[in-house]
Amino acid sequence: MDYAEIRLSGSGGQGMGLAGRIFSESAITEGYNVCQTQSYGPEARGGASRTDIIFSCHQILFPNCRNLDVLLAMNQESSDKFSDSVREDGLILVDSTYVDQPPEGNRVYEYKLTQTSMETFKIPLAANLIALGIIAALTRYFSLESWTDAIRRTVPERFRDLNLDAFELGHREGREILHVEEGRVPVAYDRKRPVPECIKERFEDRRRASGKGGGSRKSNKRKKDSSKKKKKSGGK
Amino acid sequence: MPAHLPYEYKYLRHKKKFPHVWCPGCGIGILMGSIIRAVDALGWKKDDVVMSSGIGCTSRMPVYVDFNTLHTTHGRALAFSTGVKLANPELQIVAVMGDGDALAIGGNHLIHTARRNLDMTAIVVNNSNYGMTGGQFSPTTPEGAKTSTTPYGMIEPTFDACDLARSAGASFVARGTVYHVMELDKFLQKAMRKKGFSLVEVLSPCPTSFGRRNKQADPVKMMESLRDGTVNTAQAKKMKPEELEGKIVRGIFHDIEKKEYLERYEELCARASETAVK
Amino acid sequence: MIVPWGETRLVQGNEAVALGAVASELDLFAGYPITPSSEVAELLSRFLPQQGKKWIQMEDEIASISAIIGGSLAGARSMTATSGPGFSLMQEGLGYACMTEVPLVLVNVMRGGPSTGLPTQVAQGDVMQARWGTHGDHPVIALIPADVKECFELTIKAFNLAEEYRTPVILLSDEVIGHMRERVDFPEKEEMDLTRQPRPDVPVEWYEHYHPTATNVSPMARFGRGYRFHVTGLTHDVHGFPTRKVDEVNAKMERLKHKITRRLEDLEDNRIHGVEESDVVIFAYGSVYRSAMAARQMLAEEDGENVGVFRPVTIWPFPDKTVKELLDTKDVVLVPELNQGQIIHEVERLTVDSVRVVPLHRVDGYEITPEEIVDRIREVM
Repeated sequence: MDYAEIRLSGSGGQGMGLAGRIFSESAITEGYNVCQTQSYGPEARGGASRTDIIFSCHQILFPNCRNLDVLLAMNQESSDKFSDSVREDGLILVDSTYVDQPPEGNRVYEYKLTQTSMETFKIPLAANLIALGIIAALTRYFSLESWTDAIRRTVPERFRDLNLDAFELGHREGREILHVEEGRVPVAYDRKRPVPECIKERFEDRRRASGKGGGSRKSNKRKKDSSKKKKKSGGK
Repeated sequence: MPAHLPYEYKYLRHKKKFPHVWCPGCGIGILMGSIIRAVDALGWKKDDVVMSSGIGCTSRMPVYVDFNTLHTTHGRALAFSTGVKLANPELQIVAVMGDGDALAIGGNHLIHTARRNLDMTAIVVNNSNYGMTGGQFSPTTPEGAKTSTTPYGMIEPTFDACDLARSAGASFVARGTVYHVMELDKFLQKAMRKKGFSLVEVLSPCPTSFGRRNKQADPVKMMESLRDGTVNTAQAKKMKPEELEGKIVRGIFHDIEKKEYLERYEELCARASETAVK
Repeated sequence: MIVPWGETRLVQGNEAVALGAVASELDLFAGYPITPSSEVAELLSRFLPQQGKKWIQMEDEIASISAIIGGSLAGARSMTATSGPGFSLMQEGLGYACMTEVPLVLVNVMRGGPSTGLPTQVAQGDVMQARWGTHGDHPVIALIPADVKECFELTIKAFNLAEEYRTPVILLSDEVIGHMRERVDFPEKEEMDLTRQPRPDVPVEWYEHYHPTATNVSPMARFGRGYRFHVTGLTHDVHGFPTRKVDEVNAKMERLKHKITRRLEDLEDNRIHGVEESDVVIFAYGSVYRSAMAARQMLAEEDGENVGVFRPVTIWPFPDKTVKELLDTKDVVLVPELNQGQIIHEVERLTVDSVRVVPLHRVDGYEITPEEIVDRIREVM
């Protein structure tokens, strides 16, 4: 990856700044130049705040994102406001806890980030790290070590384990999505648990479509599938 | 030229050409002598003394004395002095200001330097007006008095600077006059020796601006009214409220032991170094 | 070790300023909280006590500038940080420091104005104020960073210049640069110029606080070291005593002016890209410089056009001679600014009528984008 623009957005207080710093630190570990900017309204909570990260092998000129490779939208306002800035092959992840109307796009993923955070960690604030984990897996920008190193460096000691766990959860979810997308066997299959009908269906579709199974990307299907997939995994 | 000069001359700048700017009948020169005598009595080295001032007649004092002298902007002597003291805590600071300089434009800095109890001596010369600029009223102009900006008489109430300094946090507060010089010498010595923020208010006549407009233009008479219009704390205790009416009380009103700012700052640094080491 | 010499870090702009100050052996910080500069004060409130140095939050900005002048005179390397409204309050004190030739560094992280304006958003509206905000004729040096590493380097440079020229130096950052985080590869300590100016070594009786020299700057004594000099904002002679004598007044005014005007070449610091070869130049400073460079790249890639970029890093004194030399022969000079046109008048002043000087203004609190610059260039070409 030579150059990428990432935007993490949500309402104030959802931890986009921290997530951004972890992202930037990971990029630095991997040897990139990084530039991170933030903007928010005066409200300490609520509103639509964003953290932009640009990483590049070369010098970074303009510090704000203009064509996003990745958009994380933690609330409806951000999703509406920023989805148009995403490139055609860009990736959007929305928190379906708050985003009822996901945006249009070629690679849009919905996940109940805050809800999962509440269920698994009993607090809503781990949602940002779960999101980072998913994005880390889906984009494959940096190695897992770079990410976990960055988390250790950035997060206060008393929250370290919580953040690492949340990131791992997200990363696992992301990997499972990739497994399905790229036609590999879903983890659930391996564990000999009953495969849900929807998954079975899709697998049959795919087999029929390409004869081999393999990763061509179609928007609507994936959107539905991710949410279905996530529904299953949310129970784990 | 007398063969033997008074010891105060040792403390005057010889490069600076006298005469000074003050009017005949002004009391600021008396205060200057009093400060010099206090420095001498305390044995302070000239190199260690910083005299700072704001803007006004009183604030013209520093240029005449052979110390490290700092003539700043209107009202800001205490803020400048704060920086000086922080940069070099060994320096002894005497800040001389007029009533308008210290209590109007400089009021905020007086409050907070007193609150911090930073080690320095603030001397506020109170001649009830802004003399240098032609005699406009100040926060200490008495009600009803005439000044160039109160041609019909002053309508604003005044306040007690000593009270203000004490409640803000000063550890030493006193009031004297340029008539009661021996007493003033003692007050200044005590104030300057004190480790903490000291305030001394010094009543002084301004015959040229204030006196002239209020039918008190005779400097001698103005001095006499300092004598007659003030009482010391011992006398005040014995007087009935009606007797005390219209009289100003002189004396040391407040003299406590209190942790000084730089002591607190040192403790802070110790705590900070511990955290850093961790 | 507070400054990560030789290491790589993700650093915020304001953090870089604080680190630059620590690298310069800052002794005293006195400031007052104001967005978007508060991080400078907050970080220094942690660093300075660790070193046993002085940090104080004063009761207002006027007290802050006053305290750092007093501190500098007593031997401390001093700095304050503020934004628009605070900068306005500091003007009298700034003028005092110029008049009394006291070194200090004043950091202004510019935000939307005028008045309370847009406290959390970017602007470049204080550039003229930095030059003429305080009354009377006075010398000023102002530096403008465009990225986080420069925040570190230019803070160090500001301290050096302040001492070398015995004058306040203003660092004009802005909200975007102040709050952005970038990768910084810190230099080794040996690579930085951290020289200190010599103190006077003449006998006390011969000391003149404003001794005439070829550079109009003489070594400055500090309170408490035996020199017992007088400092006043009144116009003064070589000793520092107030004067109204015509020849002494003129001598002082000339000294103040020529301190800077005789050394313009030393103070100049520009970044020049492709200016000689092109007919169209973008004149930009601060964070707008980055948009200009991105626009230059876009025009080269998309239109095959070579558009030059001229950036002054030292904005005051303005690089008159170089600007005139390089831009007088151009067709178009575009001056994008996050204000309603301040530096553009300097460019107009210096270039002949045949040069088309084109404005591009933005005062809504957002950055000028490279696309806006590209569109405007395409329009005028």
